[in-house]
Amino acid sequence: MSGGVLRNSTEEVPVVQKGDSVLSVQDLRTVFHTQDGLVHAVNGISFTLAPGELLGVVGESGSGKSVSMMSLLKLLPMPPAEIVEGSVHFGGRDLLQLSDAELRQLRGGDIGFIFQDPMTSLNPVFNIGFQIMEPLRIHMGMNKKQAADRAVELLELVGIPSARQRLRDFPHQFSGGMRQRVMIAIALACDPKVLIADEPTTALDVTVQAQIIELVKGLRQKLGMAIVWITHDLGVVAGIADKVAVMYGGQIVEYSDVASIYSDPRHPYTQALLRTLPTQEGGRTGRLVSIPGQAPNLNAPPAACSFAPRCEHVGPKCWAANPPLFDIHGQHSSACWLESEGGTA
Amino acid sequence: MLNYTIRRLILAVPTMLFISFVIFAIIKLSPSDPTAGLPLTIPPEVREKIREALGFNEPFIVQFFLWLKQLVVTEPLYWMNQKFGTEFEIGQRMISYQTRSPVLDLIVQRIPQTLWVVGTSYIVGIIIAVPLGIISAYKQYSVFDQIGTFISMIGFSVPTFFTGVLLILIFSVNLGWFPSIYDTTHVVDSWGSFWYQIKQMIMPVMVLGLFNAAQISRYMRASMLDNLTQDYVRTARAKGVKEQTVVLVHVLRNSMIPVVTVIALNLPSVFGGALITEQVFQVNGLGQLLILAIQGGDVPMVQTVTVIFAVLIVLFNLIADVLYGMLDPRIRYD
Repeated sequence: MSGGVLRNSTEEVPVVQKGDSVLSVQDLRTVFHTQDGLVHAVNGISFTLAPGELLGVVGESGSGKSVSMMSLLKLLPMPPAEIVEGSVHFGGRDLLQLSDAELRQLRGGDIGFIFQDPMTSLNPVFNIGFQIMEPLRIHMGMNKKQAADRAVELLELVGIPSARQRLRDFPHQFSGGMRQRVMIAIALACDPKVLIADEPTTALDVTVQAQIIELVKGLRQKLGMAIVWITHDLGVVAGIADKVAVMYGGQIVEYSDVASIYSDPRHPYTQALLRTLPTQEGGRTGRLVSIPGQAPNLNAPPAACSFAPRCEHVGPKCWAANPPLFDIHGQHSSACWLESEGGTA
Repeated sequence: MLNYTIRRLILAVPTMLFISFVIFAIIKLSPSDPTAGLPLTIPPEVREKIREALGFNEPFIVQFFLWLKQLVVTEPLYWMNQKFGTEFEIGQRMISYQTRSPVLDLIVQRIPQTLWVVGTSYIVGIIIAVPLGIISAYKQYSVFDQIGTFISMIGFSVPTFFTGVLLILIFSVNLGWFPSIYDTTHVVDSWGSFWYQIKQMIMPVMVLGLFNAAQISRYMRASMLDNLTQDYVRTARAKGVKEQTVVLVHVLRNSMIPVVTVIALNLPSVFGGALITEQVFQVNGLGQLLILAIQGGDVPMVQTVTVIFAVLIVLFNLIADVLYGMLDPRIRYD
């Protein structure tokens, strides 16, 4: 089994063979304690990631993409955040049960992170040499000299010219794209098995975006790590992902290999999302398409389909219960009552 | 950085000239007669002679330059003669109207007391404020933070002449633990006298220290809070950096940038604040010297002490800027 298996929480979770996946998430739930009560940001997501696989996680702002991935290594501020349920299996251990010290060994070691805004993600008062060498010295026990050599290697790997001289440069002396390359170098420093990229190209302009995507593609072939790529750009996903998870209201509503998502989108939200993509053919076509309505309010756990208020196929079932993920074929599943037996909503 | 510092020092010269001129003008314009304090038995013609000898009949601008010459030429030459045995020709040294002794000698006598009390209190203030600010910010809204905020507010809003008198009332009058008057003639030559020195320093140092700590800890806390939510903190955590290192290396280094500026810029104004505390505890330091000089219409003394304060302000402004550049690589002056 090379692909992913996933279910929404309401259904039984199939036993995952640990040997096949590098990362396996079951029924993860994260809430935020706020002054207005609980916000249910992640509502029972499950997925597995095979070694070397690139999973694209797509969804609009507030759909829980980032929060769910930050939850894996408890990188959220706690409080207010709290992981109330679920398990995250990595290397035979449940990450959510680990102590802080054990978690720290994984962060930046076996699991690397790249964040959205390279302008603010690097510490402005330390030179980038220090910042790249930090994980090397923590996780690989390198001395200063070894770490510096490895840092030069990494900078060359991510395509920064005259790397040795640049070790002493500070973040403000790099352009946005170059800073993101530095961030990637930091994330890759200790040969991670999994790389989590949280909208790594969103803050960059389009040509730089393309460079970074090409870079990650190349690095993935060279280094063979599994990647979770969070984005709201379906175009980016089409270019690089093996599998796609579409998120809405803190749940995965559709999961599929990348081809099927575009050729055979099943969930009404995915369909709507794809319709909003502007086309390159023909002339200007008036206004851009949008999905009517608002993103769901997450102040209660979903009791009904959270897309129901905006859905054009909505039926009585949708208001009665939250649909689980239904298998369509192979590795394609969709959390919509239209996929249930009988096929009506 | 060195170039920048030198350039700033050169630029400070006209600033200082201007400041000292303004100070001189203000004091000269005030209606005070330096001979007013002399016994009434002195006949008017002698009085006139004294005024003449003090240079009071010279034009205003000449008086200013005479004073300036005494400060920047006569006094340094005199000092070199004393120190290295050179034999420069020196003119009349600057004389205090009140005591008839050289102004600079008096100031040099007073500086150690002020430095001991004010300097120690500032260091105590920083030592209290920095950890307080860090913990308060890291544990925002915790009991520790609430208590820290409360104490800061008190230290910030209650003037030192009140806390000083309050401490004297409690610890000197009622409990009798510490002396209420700072004895500057006290010589430390044994453990016992050292202990006495500590005891007499505790109250003035705590009064000033509390005031300084209150201010600095608020800046420290705000700056830490600002930085704790920055993206680079998440990056540091995602690298597997220990929480202690995240806070005390990554966040603290960034948070210190504005705080160091505040610490450096406040230092000269602390000498001003010490004025009142010195008065309360009878520390005969610079502050007390200035107050007595003002009361006695001692123009050269008031002027010189005030100009020294001005020099400190200009100097610490420069130090703040240089430290700023050292802490923040985005600001380099070359």
